[in-house]
Amino acid sequence: MTRPMIRTEGLRKSFAEVQALKGVDLTVDPATVFGLLGPNGAGKTTAVRILTTLLSPDGGRAEVDGFDVVRDAEGLRHVIGLAGQSAAVDANLTGLENLEMVGRLYHLPATEARRRARDVLERFDLTDAANRPARTYSGGMRRRLDLGASLVGRPKVLFLDEPTTGLDPRSRLGMWDVIRELVRDGTTLMLTTQYLEEADVLADRIAVIDLGTVIAEGTADELKAQIGGEVLELRVSDRARVPEAAGAVLGLVQGGGKVDNNTGQITLPVGGDGPAILTEAVRRLDTSGITLSDIALRRPTLDDVFLTLTGREAEGPQAEPSADGDRRRGRRGRRGRRRRRDAGGEP
Amino acid sequence: MSVQVAPTENAVREGPVPRARWAIHDGLVLTRRNLLRYVRIPTLLVFSTIQPVMFVLLFRYVFGGNIANLPPGVSAYVNYLMPGIFVQTAIFGATQTGIGLAEDLNAGIIDRFKSLPMARSAVLSGRTTADLFRNLFVVLLMTGVGYLVGFQFQEGPIEAALAIGLAVLVGFAFSWISATIGLAIKNVESVQAASFVWIFPLTFASSVFVPPAGFPPWLQAFSRNNPVSIWADTLRGFTLGNEYLEGVGQSIGGLALRSGLWIVLILAIFVPLSIRTYRRP
Repeated sequence: MTRPMIRTEGLRKSFAEVQALKGVDLTVDPATVFGLLGPNGAGKTTAVRILTTLLSPDGGRAEVDGFDVVRDAEGLRHVIGLAGQSAAVDANLTGLENLEMVGRLYHLPATEARRRARDVLERFDLTDAANRPARTYSGGMRRRLDLGASLVGRPKVLFLDEPTTGLDPRSRLGMWDVIRELVRDGTTLMLTTQYLEEADVLADRIAVIDLGTVIAEGTADELKAQIGGEVLELRVSDRARVPEAAGAVLGLVQGGGKVDNNTGQITLPVGGDGPAILTEAVRRLDTSGITLSDIALRRPTLDDVFLTLTGREAEGPQAEPSADGDRRRGRRGRRGRRRRRDAGGEP
Repeated sequence: MSVQVAPTENAVREGPVPRARWAIHDGLVLTRRNLLRYVRIPTLLVFSTIQPVMFVLLFRYVFGGNIANLPPGVSAYVNYLMPGIFVQTAIFGATQTGIGLAEDLNAGIIDRFKSLPMARSAVLSGRTTADLFRNLFVVLLMTGVGYLVGFQFQEGPIEAALAIGLAVLVGFAFSWISATIGLAIKNVESVQAASFVWIFPLTFASSVFVPPAGFPPWLQAFSRNNPVSIWADTLRGFTLGNEYLEGVGQSIGGLALRSGLWIVLILAIFVPLSIRTYRRP
C-alpha cells in the first residue's frame, strides 16, 4: 500500500471561544484530488492553514508527504503550494515580477525563476498581461496568477482554498479547466469549496465538514447516494396556509423536509422517487385547495446535503459562530450569488 | 539591486550552513519588491516628502523668527532646526513600516510568504530595508530644501555623511518598533493612530525643534534623557561643530556612543520581538 500524501489524526484547533476543528481525520492518496466541502465556518480554511504550516494545531497530528506539519514545517514548505481565498499577489508588481519573486523565494536561480514564471504565464493564458501591474488584472486573471504563483515551486501537494469563491460563472468554469489540467501531471490536490457541484466535478474523494467535524466522506457518487438524489421544492402562494401544506406533504418522505414560513417554501429530499412524490404532493395539495406559485424537482445543493446529513440547516440563527470570520452568511452566499467581501481568514 | 548568488535548487535542504546567506538573499528579494512599489506608484514617494518639506518651511518661517536664546555656535535657527528635523523625519517615516506590513497582512500576501520555504525574517528585513532607502531619499531631498532656505553643513562632507547616516539609522531602528506594532495590531488605521500617539510627544519633548532651555524643569529632565534629543544633538555635533558641542558641554565621541547604544538597544529588543510576533500563528 502506498503511503498517503496527506494524513491527519484527531486534528483539533480552537480560536478564543470557537472550536474550529474538533478532531478531524483525513487521508488523501497520492495523485488524487480531495475535496473538502462545507459552508463558511465549517473549518475548511483552518484545516488548510494547519496543513500548510500557517497555523499550528492544538491537538492531533498531521503529515504531508511524510513531513510533520509542526516538527518538519521547514521541509514541508518545499513540497507544498498554496493558493488562498484572497488572491495573494502583489498588486503593484507585474504578473511576471510576482512569479519571479516567488521563484526566487523558493531559492531558484534567477534564470530558472524567470523561465518558470514565463511557463506559468503561458499556461494560464497571461502572457499578454505579463508586464502589466497585477492591479490592472480582472478578478479571474488575479486568481489565475495566484494559482500560478502556487505552482512556481513545482509542489508535490497543492492546496487550493476556495479557488472559485467570488468568481463569475464564466471565470469559474475557466478555473475548473485549469485545475483539471493541473492534476493530470500527478500533483496531489486538496481543494476546499462551498459548492457541491465544484467538488463533484473536480474531486476524486470528498469529505463533508461541518462545525469542525467530518460528517461524511466518499466519492461524489457515494455521497450523492447518501444525500438521496433529488429534491422537491414547493412554494405555497398563501403564506397563511404554509403550515397546513407542510402537514400534508412532509409525511411523503422519511426524515422530513424543511419549511420556511416566510417565503412559503417547502423542501423535501425525495431520493430517486421524485416524479411519484411530486405527483402525490400535487394531488394532496389540490385536494386541500392549496395553490402553489412554484414547484420543481432539482439536484441537491449543499443546503440539502446538510439537511439530510445533519437534520438541520447548515446555518441559521442557531448556527455556531464561524471560525472563518464570516458570520453574515446568507443562504444565497453559498450558492455564489454574493461575493464574499471578507475573504480574510481566521481571527 | 539584483542579488547574485548561485544557489542550487536544493541548497536549503543540504544543511544549515547557507541559512544566514539565504536570510539575506530573501530579505533583498523582498526589499526589491517593496521598492518597486514606489516605482509603480510615484505619487506615494511624492506624498511621503510633502509632510517633511512642510515641516521645514513651517518651522523655519513661522517659529524661526521667535526662537530666542539659540545655543552658542548656532548662527541661525535653520541650522539648529535641520539636524533635528532629519531625526524627526526619519522617525515619522518609520511608521510606514508597520502600516505596510499591516497592509500586506490584510492583502493575504503574508500567507503566501509564510507557506514558502523562505527565511522567516525576510518579510521584516525586506520591509525595514526598503524603508531605510526611502528614508534616505527623503532626508537627502530635505537637505536640498534646507539649503534653499539657508541651511549649511558647517563641517566637512564626512561629517555631513555621518549626520545623514545617523538619521537614517535612527529611522531603521524605529522601523522595527513600527513593524512590531503593525504585526500586533494588524489594522491599518489603528496602526497609524497607535504610532503617532507616542511618536509625537517623544519627538516634540526633545531638542528636535527648539532648545530645551525654555522647557519647564520636569520637561527638561525628560528631554535630557530622551534618546531623540541625544540623536538630534549628535547630528548637530556633526553639522555645527565644536562651538556647539562646547556650548552644550558634550563631546562628539560621547554623543555618538550614546546615540549608537540607543540604536543597538532598540534593535536588540525589537528585531527579535517583531520576528516573534510575525511567526506567531
